[in-house]
Amino acid sequence: MAETIAFYTLSILILGLAVLVVTARNTVHSVLFLVMNFLCVAVIYVVLGAEFLAVIQILVYAGGIVVLYLFVVMLVNLTRAPEVHQDPRRISMPMALALAGAMLLELAGIVVYSYVLEPSAPASAAAVLPTEIQGNVEQIGWLLYTDYLIPFEVASILLLVAMVGAIVLAKREL
Amino acid sequence: MIDTVIIPLLQIVVVINALALSASLMTLFERKVIAWTQSRLGPMRVGPYGVLQAIADPIKLLLKEDITPRKADKWMFTLAPIIALVPAMVVFAVVPFGSEKLFGSVDLFIADINVGLLFIISVTSIGVYGIILAGWASNSKYPLLASLRAAAQLISYEIAVTMTLVSVTLTAGTLSMVGIIEAQQDAGLWFVFVQPVAFVLVFIGGLAEINRVPFDLPEAEQELTGGFHTEYSGMRWALFFLAEYANTFMVAAIMTVLFLGGWLRPFPSVDALAFLDLIPSWVWFMSKMFVFLYMFTWIRATFPRYRYDQLMRLGWKVLIPIAIANVVVTAVAKVLL
Repeated sequence: MAETIAFYTLSILILGLAVLVVTARNTVHSVLFLVMNFLCVAVIYVVLGAEFLAVIQILVYAGGIVVLYLFVVMLVNLTRAPEVHQDPRRISMPMALALAGAMLLELAGIVVYSYVLEPSAPASAAAVLPTEIQGNVEQIGWLLYTDYLIPFEVASILLLVAMVGAIVLAKREL
Repeated sequence: MIDTVIIPLLQIVVVINALALSASLMTLFERKVIAWTQSRLGPMRVGPYGVLQAIADPIKLLLKEDITPRKADKWMFTLAPIIALVPAMVVFAVVPFGSEKLFGSVDLFIADINVGLLFIISVTSIGVYGIILAGWASNSKYPLLASLRAAAQLISYEIAVTMTLVSVTLTAGTLSMVGIIEAQQDAGLWFVFVQPVAFVLVFIGGLAEINRVPFDLPEAEQELTGGFHTEYSGMRWALFFLAEYANTFMVAAIMTVLFLGGWLRPFPSVDALAFLDLIPSWVWFMSKMFVFLYMFTWIRATFPRYRYDQLMRLGWKVLIPIAIANVVVTAVAKVLL
């Protein structure tokens, strides 16, 4: 019961903050709303019993990435009010609609799949863990280095490539 | 009801008040130690040897006029000190101050969660918004420069410190603060002897994370007329300092827990020293924290400030590579031993 109340309260907060992110006139304010949004998502992880994910969510998103956003926003937009976004080719509206439609379809697909087609599909992968692996951190570590080893390594290679690319772009004469 | 709501609330009230009080005592301690280092007397007027200065200062700050610059972003200007202070205090929820139980059941810590150390790192990383927004909302050039410096500095050193903490976590085998102390009990050795490199790295990185000398570039008085809080006055200014002192205590507490065995006595495995257990565990914890606070003050009194490029070079080209090497060595040693 308490979990349900917490979930719906947090969902309303998250959606409300997400709307504020895109509607706030001042970019710095909208970055702050984004931080609050991420913090609320972290609380949802706590409610789900995934403390490790919650803490990582705060560390990586709220504490790391958004600081860089703020950095950029502060540097580019200091004295003038933000200019109205001009789009000469007028493709952003249909693009946005198409993306939103795709997202909606995907969500609907997940709902249909999990409630209508396969109502009894196994929900948690934690069931396959050996019993001596206790605690959030250990479970995630175990899964990452066994079942999800290849996606994990591919993701780290991707990040490495991105990092090398950023360095090459930023520092032309090496 | 009592166990889940009232007792934690009381613990929170005690910890927050203790933090505020210790912060004002710490200002007096710092002024005195720096004065003695420089053959001065320090504050002498208020009370015997100036000891009441610690109370006079907060009263003065509370009574001062609280100015908001006309061109400042009012909301952000008000929010920034709060954003700086709250995370700095929240992290004390997981600091284990002692192993005794008050009244038979109340622990000397608010919570022991199994991601304690990560919790501290992630929540303190929110505090940087306080500094950045203070600089931005002031709508003034020195605070803005200072806040940009602060953001770059905090992010760079956060990487080094977090990397180093990984190797300590590997040694302890847990992220829980109580678990780390217990691991040192089981090892019979403080981790400062197991991870000396990590100790030095966290010490240097910690100094940079809390903007203290020699890394106090975000508030370099001589070049920035005060830094990110130039436009702040009165109690809002004091909130920044409260946050800074809370962060200082936090670094001292983390160092104590990770490297000096938290509440353990020296050489916890030597039975001949068992008489030292007569001293309560929280006294050990506090005295170890005090040693670190004294060292921070000592460094502040004797070190010149780094130049900005030196700071960045130290962070990215020295501390981070050593931290990564330390993680690799620790992991190899952990597998082999």
